[in-house]
Amino acid sequence: MLYALRQALAAFRRTTLLTALSITMIALSLFVIGLFGIAAHNVRLVLEDVESRVEVVAYLRDDASPTAVEFARSEIAAFGEVQEVRYVSRDEALDIARSELPEFQALFTDLDVNPLPASLEILLQPGSRDPAHVAAVAERVALYPFVEDVAYGSDWLEKIFVLRRVAGATALVMGGTFAAVAAVLIGAAVRMAIYARRDEIAIMRLVGATGAFIRRPFLLEGLMTGVLGGIVALLLTYAVHRVVAGSIFPLEWVPLSWTLAGLAAGGAVGVAASALAVHRHLREA
Amino acid sequence: MITFSSVDKVYPRIGLALSDVSFRLHKGEFCFMTGHSGAGKSTLLRLIHMAERPTRGSVLVGGYDAMKIRPREVAILRRKIGFVFQDFRLLRDRTAAENVAFALEVTGARPAVVRTKVARLLAQVGLASKANAYPAELSGGEQQRVAIARALANDPLVLLADEPTGNLDQRAARGIFELFRSINASGTAVLLATHDMDLIRANPRIRVLELEHGRLVHDSAAEN
Repeated sequence: MLYALRQALAAFRRTTLLTALSITMIALSLFVIGLFGIAAHNVRLVLEDVESRVEVVAYLRDDASPTAVEFARSEIAAFGEVQEVRYVSRDEALDIARSELPEFQALFTDLDVNPLPASLEILLQPGSRDPAHVAAVAERVALYPFVEDVAYGSDWLEKIFVLRRVAGATALVMGGTFAAVAAVLIGAAVRMAIYARRDEIAIMRLVGATGAFIRRPFLLEGLMTGVLGGIVALLLTYAVHRVVAGSIFPLEWVPLSWTLAGLAAGGAVGVAASALAVHRHLREA
Repeated sequence: MITFSSVDKVYPRIGLALSDVSFRLHKGEFCFMTGHSGAGKSTLLRLIHMAERPTRGSVLVGGYDAMKIRPREVAILRRKIGFVFQDFRLLRDRTAAENVAFALEVTGARPAVVRTKVARLLAQVGLASKANAYPAELSGGEQQRVAIARALANDPLVLLADEPTGNLDQRAARGIFELFRSINASGTAVLLATHDMDLIRANPRIRVLELEHGRLVHDSAAEN
């Protein structure tokens, strides 16, 4: 293993320009993935925030009996999709309207009769905040005889989910494409490195080196190139993040697991591309 | 140690390279192999080195059968077969000592062992003082000596040489031949492919295999 490491480092020294080029290519590819990762992460945070507010509101008839409402409340709370059910009385509704809608302050102050109905605010489980689940819950809730109307913003909910699906699919396609490009580039770089050392490989075979022994330095080289490219990409991405977050608009940095996964992906792509290139060369030679 | 039995070798594009070749090379033997260019000398050496498989017949080397040997065993076997070429095949970016050490490093030998052995091998081929010279700084004869030292690194049973003196002047060629003789004297078999008829005539006691259009047309051992 020490020999393989020495050879991989020596190869770095002998083909400095080529190695630097490979690292740059990988870094640029991973940098694009990194930028996309930040964008995807932030879109996800926004969507999660919006989604956390997804709720079904059941407006109750004024003559609904408190016992029946309380019974319904505990029954709805037991639905699999439901996280929490809150009863909002007519007075609370008026208080909320007064505090949240200051423009209508005047309208709400001199009232003889409170026009707002009591309601059940139904908050859904994180996994059930999609249009299908929301509509299903709304339909079931509407069946209670004392429920006057059910509201859940079906239009915008649908849009959010389309947006989320589009963002997810785009991230997957773009990320996959760039990862594939990075793999091809690493493969090409390793092929070049192999080509530069084809005499050495031929002599290794001549003097009785095993296939594994020949492969090891190249795999190590691929791993180091991939990880180094990953580190450079990480630094570039972080720099861009700091600039944007500091002066343009607030932006969250990606979770640590993403960063580590990115580095690991760089290394894995490096090793896989090297393995393929060496395997091909050894088969052809 | 090396046995060819009715060996044919056909290349898909070139056609028949060897046809019905049978011979045995014994432990510690010295043997010339001669023939015109394209007679099949290099193919025969490649078959011994297990770089090729016979199309028909059997090739046995050091107890391994060419048709049954596994890739890993090929690598192990090659450590016991030294191979020297007309064009030396040295790594140009490494010193004489590093070129020789290379053959030991690939077997996983320890650095201390490598150092001692490289010094001994370079002394054996008469290049102790040029250990740190790069191939470009050495004469053709000296480069071939480095290649021979490398071929001897793993104490081979047989040394194959494909026109080893083809690129050398007469004096250097004679020196290399004498080196082969001394290597042989210490027990290593030598199979030397050459079309230097003067060299063969000057050594009438050495066995000669002659190939012509892929056929073994003459084996001086068979006459005795």
